[in-house]
Amino acid sequence: MVFRRIILGLAIFAFAACAPAGSRKNSIQIKGSDTMVNLAQAWAEEYMEVNPGEFVAVTGGGSGTGFASLISGTCDVAMSSRDIKKKEIALAGKRGVIPNEIRVALDGLAVVVNPANPVGKLTMDQLARIFSGKIVNWREIGGTDEAIVVLSREVNSGTHVYFKEHVLRRNDRNNKEEFAPGALMLSSSQAIADEVAGNPAAIGYYGMGYISKSHKPVAVAKDADSPYVEPMIENVINGSYPISRPLIVYTNGEPCGLVAKFIDFALSKEGQDIVLRTDFVPVGQ
Amino acid sequence: MRKFREFIIEKLILLCGLASVFFVILIFLFLLREGFSVFQTASPKEFLLGKSWYPISEPPQLGILPLILGSLLVTAGAAVISIPIGVGCAIYIAEVAPKRTKEILKAGIELLAAIPSVVLGFIGMVTLVPLVKTLFHLPTGLTALSGSIMLAFMAMPTIVSIAEDALYSVPKTYKEGALAMGATHWQAIWRVMLRAASSGILAAVMLGIGRVIGETMAVMMITGNAAIIPHSLFQPVRTLTATIAAEMGEAVIGSEHYFALFAIGIVLFVISFAINVTADLFLHKRQ
Repeated sequence: MVFRRIILGLAIFAFAACAPAGSRKNSIQIKGSDTMVNLAQAWAEEYMEVNPGEFVAVTGGGSGTGFASLISGTCDVAMSSRDIKKKEIALAGKRGVIPNEIRVALDGLAVVVNPANPVGKLTMDQLARIFSGKIVNWREIGGTDEAIVVLSREVNSGTHVYFKEHVLRRNDRNNKEEFAPGALMLSSSQAIADEVAGNPAAIGYYGMGYISKSHKPVAVAKDADSPYVEPMIENVINGSYPISRPLIVYTNGEPCGLVAKFIDFALSKEGQDIVLRTDFVPVGQ
Repeated sequence: MRKFREFIIEKLILLCGLASVFFVILIFLFLLREGFSVFQTASPKEFLLGKSWYPISEPPQLGILPLILGSLLVTAGAAVISIPIGVGCAIYIAEVAPKRTKEILKAGIELLAAIPSVVLGFIGMVTLVPLVKTLFHLPTGLTALSGSIMLAFMAMPTIVSIAEDALYSVPKTYKEGALAMGATHWQAIWRVMLRAASSGILAAVMLGIGRVIGETMAVMMITGNAAIIPHSLFQPVRTLTATIAAEMGEAVIGSEHYFALFAIGIVLFVISFAINVTADLFLHKRQ
């Protein structure tokens, strides 16, 4: 009970801080999606350069962590790589927080394998069957006779949730497909990158920004009759790459004061140039 | 005046003593209150013996059997590795080593205890995991075995220092008596010293295991965290502690998932409480 009261107090405090009376506050706390940490950090650095005396702090932790902090009032902006859940909206309402959604960039999710793996293209259906554990050997999809090591992000990751809903369940609400119980749950995109780089039998997914020479991105087709498309920025912009998602920031109500200024900066020409530079895809183009 | 001062100090110390007990009770009550709420959605049997852990699905599946078995497997593996080495090391330090070697070894073990677990986990991830993979021809090195080896390192300092202490506190006359009867040095250690210090050594082992089962960061980094019922040490496992650490940030406060994580906390609490009580019993038996 005491705990709840403290959280409520913090929420009220955060709310008050955003009102015009509290405009003396000169720092913003941004928290959430690990996918967006690098992007937000780049924005923050550029922003602080143009606006000396104002501070922007960025921390990761996962989209869910961002929402939890926004709701408990410990951050001003929550970064998320998935939509807010109904439960989270309800909880926010109880604490007097009104989540306000702003799309700031797009992200293509790349499915990657080790460069030594002969498999280089897969259909969405094959991906769903690999990650749900129905295809268990690379031989079944034209590779070598080796067990597939499925890598996934932890459940606190927006990328995990997005991949489950859009690849495993094909956006079908009634589809109850799950990740294979034997899938390795790794705590960061970097951990997935490392394991794929060192393991010829591994397959994993992460934001396009992590693609490097030590991984091979898989070209993906919507279905067996469609062309296979590489995960590249052009292909995400023209909509031909099938696994892309919006990157979103949430504020408590309409942004005001410093928060509004920062978000305007993120959506400006300079802000969107930074998006491109950090290997994401700009919005509104 | 002096008496009054004495009185104040006495009461202050009493307060300090009570505070720790008070906090334990508060923590326990909080755990119980939050954890038991999970039984509104899952029966205790479903929760403890369920085989699927999909906490964020609709409806969530909250079976923690794979997690319990994962924790137990990693702990058992770590015990098998760390107990012989740890006890052997303690015997060497207490009975065999010359004074100088003894000092160096003791300092080394203290240093081992001082390495943060996240650092051990990171070292394990880049060195041990690839090694395990190539050595045993496994699809991945992120397995229970890697976790056990790394945790054995963490249990070792506890086991060595307490077991050494136990051996040291065996009266010198025991050993001298054995040697005078014509026993060799080894016979004296094996038949007399170890027997005499056995309850202390068992306590050391229990405390070492207690440390292992509660360890979080290192296991989360190197055991792969797949929630399957493990059949061997060469498979990935997901432990109770790693589950709480990995998912607490995401769990919506007040959701089934959140309560389930607290219930996992209760299970962990019960396990480590049992281990500590056992260790305590052994320690008291010795005195």
